[in-house]
Amino acid sequence: MSTILAAGARAPDFRLHVTPDQVLSLDEMRGKRIVLAFYPADWSPVCGDQMALYNQVLPEFRSRGAHIFGISVDGAWCHQAFAQARNLHFPLLADFEPKGDVARAYGAYRASEGVCERALFVIDENQAIAWSYCSPIAVNPGADGILDALDAMPTTGE
Amino acid sequence: MASLKVPVTTSDHILGASSGAVTLVEYGDYQCPHCAAAQLPVKQILSHYGGRICLVFRHFPLTEVHPMAGMAAETAEFAGGYGRFWEMHDAIFANQPRLSPELLLTLVSALELPAEEFQEALASGLHAPKVQAHFMGGVRSGVNGTPTFFVNGVRHDADYTFADLASSIDDAMLAMTR
Repeated sequence: MSTILAAGARAPDFRLHVTPDQVLSLDEMRGKRIVLAFYPADWSPVCGDQMALYNQVLPEFRSRGAHIFGISVDGAWCHQAFAQARNLHFPLLADFEPKGDVARAYGAYRASEGVCERALFVIDENQAIAWSYCSPIAVNPGADGILDALDAMPTTGE
Repeated sequence: MASLKVPVTTSDHILGASSGAVTLVEYGDYQCPHCAAAQLPVKQILSHYGGRICLVFRHFPLTEVHPMAGMAAETAEFAGGYGRFWEMHDAIFANQPRLSPELLLTLVSALELPAEEFQEALASGLHAPKVQAHFMGGVRSGVNGTPTFFVNGVRHDADYTFADLASSIDDAMLAMTR
């Protein structure tokens, strides 16, 4: 069990597939508020899974000027199928190769199982971590902590 | 520890002893199979604890995965306007596999509620703000899927079996006697 990066730390940059043919880097998102939601795996067998919840709460993130990304070690094709099945309207990042490297950089990798923790990061316009939280792996952390963190940040011009 | 941010009031749908020892709040979605499956243990809890518990149901429709969930919630609210919320609530869950606009209209008629008014209420979105308010209150309270239960305001993170729910309720009752 590693310790996740805390508020005040610099958010480690990454370049990851966001679709099978598109790559996104954190650096490109400079000037924007980001929510990074690490989660163990696509296709968890519940209706109210974490990504379905964030999808439903999307307007609340957007109205606070935040861009949310799900991130797991699943590959881009797997993410694509999952996003289509769940009707997701936000991107999923594939921390697939080298596997889990980004999760490790954030202290959010479970080496024993080879999956990401359920760890949340709110990243500010200057790419500093404003808030982070790691939930027990079996407990979906919900969206309340993210919204509380965004509400506590200075109002954004976006 | 996630806790209920929206206190239970008389505007809630409350079943059982309103001044009972323990308040069980359920956030649910009428198209969610887990919520339908939770109906039985919840009823068992209500009969087991009798007058010592009350159940509050609030809407948490995940409409992106359950396209009928929003309309179903508005239908239950419409019935609630005639004091028939819980009958509609049970009827919708009992017919979940056949959930459709036609089915909801059939259920409205079966309860002898005015069909024309029902269709107007749906068309005008009369009850949509209340359903959305339930949803957002749930989000801010840490509802993380459906069903999510709160026992005396504390999120129940275990399963929705009778045994797991009873265990949380027993703990809450013990805490109240201290």
